[in-house]
Amino acid sequence: MRVMAQVAMVMNLDKCIGCHTCSVTCKQTWTNRPGTEYVYFNNVETKPGAGYPRRYEDQEQWNGGWTLDRKGRLQLRAGGRARRLLSIFYNPNLPTIDDYGDPWTYDYETLIDAPPGKLTPSAHSISALTGRDMRVRWGSNWEDDLAGGPESAAADPNLAGLGEQVKLAFEQVFMFYLPRICEHCLNPSCVASCPSGAMYKREEDGIVLVDQDRCRGWRFCVSGCPYKKVYFNHRTGKAEKCTLCFPRIESGQPTICSETCVGRLRYLGLMLYDADKVTAAAATTDPRGLYEAQLSVFLDPDDPRVRAAAAAQGIPADWLEAARRSPVYALIARHKVALPLHPEYRTLPMVWYIPPLSPVADTVSAAGYDADDPDQVFAAIDALRVPADYLASLFTAGDAGPVRRVLRTLMAVRTVMRARQLGTGDAVPAGLAAAAGASMADLDDLYRLLAIAKYDERFVIPPAHAEDAGRLMAQHEQLFCAQPGGPDDFHPPSGEAFRDDAGRLHLGLSPRSGS
Amino acid sequence: MNGVSAWQIFVWVALPYLALGIFVVGHIWRWRYDQFGWTSRSTQLQERRLLKWGAPIFHYGTFAAIGGHVIGVLIPETWTRAIGIPEPVYHWFSAAAGTLAAVLIIIGVVILAGRRLLVPRVRATTSTVDYVTLILLLLVIATGIVPTVFVNLLGHGYDYRTTVALWFRGLFSGSPDVRAIATAPIVYQVHAAAAWLIWALWPFSRLVHAWSAPVWYLWRPYIVYRSRVATPPAEPGTSGRRWRKIGVPY
Repeated sequence: MRVMAQVAMVMNLDKCIGCHTCSVTCKQTWTNRPGTEYVYFNNVETKPGAGYPRRYEDQEQWNGGWTLDRKGRLQLRAGGRARRLLSIFYNPNLPTIDDYGDPWTYDYETLIDAPPGKLTPSAHSISALTGRDMRVRWGSNWEDDLAGGPESAAADPNLAGLGEQVKLAFEQVFMFYLPRICEHCLNPSCVASCPSGAMYKREEDGIVLVDQDRCRGWRFCVSGCPYKKVYFNHRTGKAEKCTLCFPRIESGQPTICSETCVGRLRYLGLMLYDADKVTAAAATTDPRGLYEAQLSVFLDPDDPRVRAAAAAQGIPADWLEAARRSPVYALIARHKVALPLHPEYRTLPMVWYIPPLSPVADTVSAAGYDADDPDQVFAAIDALRVPADYLASLFTAGDAGPVRRVLRTLMAVRTVMRARQLGTGDAVPAGLAAAAGASMADLDDLYRLLAIAKYDERFVIPPAHAEDAGRLMAQHEQLFCAQPGGPDDFHPPSGEAFRDDAGRLHLGLSPRSGS
Repeated sequence: MNGVSAWQIFVWVALPYLALGIFVVGHIWRWRYDQFGWTSRSTQLQERRLLKWGAPIFHYGTFAAIGGHVIGVLIPETWTRAIGIPEPVYHWFSAAAGTLAAVLIIIGVVILAGRRLLVPRVRATTSTVDYVTLILLLLVIATGIVPTVFVNLLGHGYDYRTTVALWFRGLFSGSPDVRAIATAPIVYQVHAAAAWLIWALWPFSRLVHAWSAPVWYLWRPYIVYRSRVATPPAEPGTSGRRWRKIGVPY
């Protein structure tokens, strides 16, 4: 057993209102530079919809992620290493800027500088690539809220398995938002695709990053990632991707998308996993078994053997404690209400989703069922094959079983809590929790996690152990910045250094002069 | 040296050594201070249909041309004779293979240069050093193809291995034969001089991506893990190219 820790995220899709605050704050923080106009480390898609870039989920077209070769071994879908090196001059699987949408701005100057005239001046759209006038044809939220209707939404690759009639009926009643960031996969195909070795997964927290100094712009990471969450900066000629806001994570803060999420639907915490099992899990023969396979890779932080092994392998005590309190572990592994996005790509993604229940419940009411009667609701969830199948093609490689189980659990939580609130607890059928595969304690816990959990419960992020880095930084500042009259008035540690209960070293810093 | 002008000494001795010096020192400088700017600068994101044909044809043609130069210029004529290759055989091989490479490079460079100049999205990414590199490359390619096709293939032939190659190898043994190159046809002279300018330009242009050919990828493990290591910040003034501010040109 090789215990590794991963900072993972769970998003509760029931709560997403599609406000794009996460996208905006992320963009302001990370990608508000030339060359990254079209880059969204975080974006929110309306489902059903083609997505960003257009039809990125169709791996028949883009060849992202992994596949199994004839002998059942894991192989990059785009082919072997030699094949990639030979196609380095032209990458056949790379989306062009038109698949994302030519980034544009407006000629605002005209509004101010236009000479007097009869017509009101208008601001033309200008391409951010060329500075020329252009016609806007597509962009990151082109199909927001099902804009474009059936023509646009029909391009959703997840609809491929569903019949035409089903699609139309489905679109009239069903829509939800899917916020997406980098999945920080356990088996990242972007890292495996990078010929330069510039991409890496951090040992301590599993964050996948691009070393900007070692990236040579071969652009295979962009095509290798099936989620298309690595972008090519067309100014610097280098790849960039979601960093999981590692400077914030390192200091125990949630990512900026989580911090600013209006619906408070994001959860961040640690997952412990067995690195020795990753490759075997990703090579599971049946794609529908990949969800269960990935679950089997995770380790229970309450298991004494796991704790002993983790401690022996250098995972700090406060990290183990954080893993125990992890809301993400609770949602993914303990209650099993979160599901991975497109496990069939075999990358073992680490941003999981609680499938949306609300639209299902709405549909149930519209169909004349009593949404408060769990038997009828369960039956309705089963009868509503379309949403379940659609969700299954997103989250479980087409296996509607787990999706239906999760929806039942969520419905049970809702029914029980509603009865309790209304004081009609007796009306809840006795076997309700059991029918959802949970105990009443589970439902209580889930209710607390999904409806109540405050900041400290949603984000359980142990700060990085950067004591040594801190010392180096201090030295550096002494050398270069803290000279008399230098740019920084640095005071070397003067107080006693001590360790707190979590084993972290605190240096006693003297206060800055004048503060 | 008798019968050799100062100009000839400059072009055939000083320029090559100067270019070699700039080549070496320039690369050390760039590697230390501008890893962030060290990239192939692909424009496939902006345009893919022309690149699909232009880039592979140009690069593979260039590899053929480089191989031809290794055989023709670096390997002495006496060596090929010693292993039993007579001059006419070598001549025909070099003319035929050289012409093939020339055709590939012409097709490739026409597509790529045309694309760079005529496709607005690609042209917008082109910096001054790119234009200088492109002009020099076009000059070297033109002066390389003309003798290959019109002299060696269609014409009476010219044995550059007894003149140009002698001078070139002499540069590395410290005794370049200036007269040998000074008596060569002008087209060879322009070719050689422009090539030295390219070597001098190399470390400062996007050509550096050639040294990053990721052959190591064939052997390395697929998933790369790295530990969070404390790296002291770069010394002030040595951090090289960084993120540009909004509105700053390339």
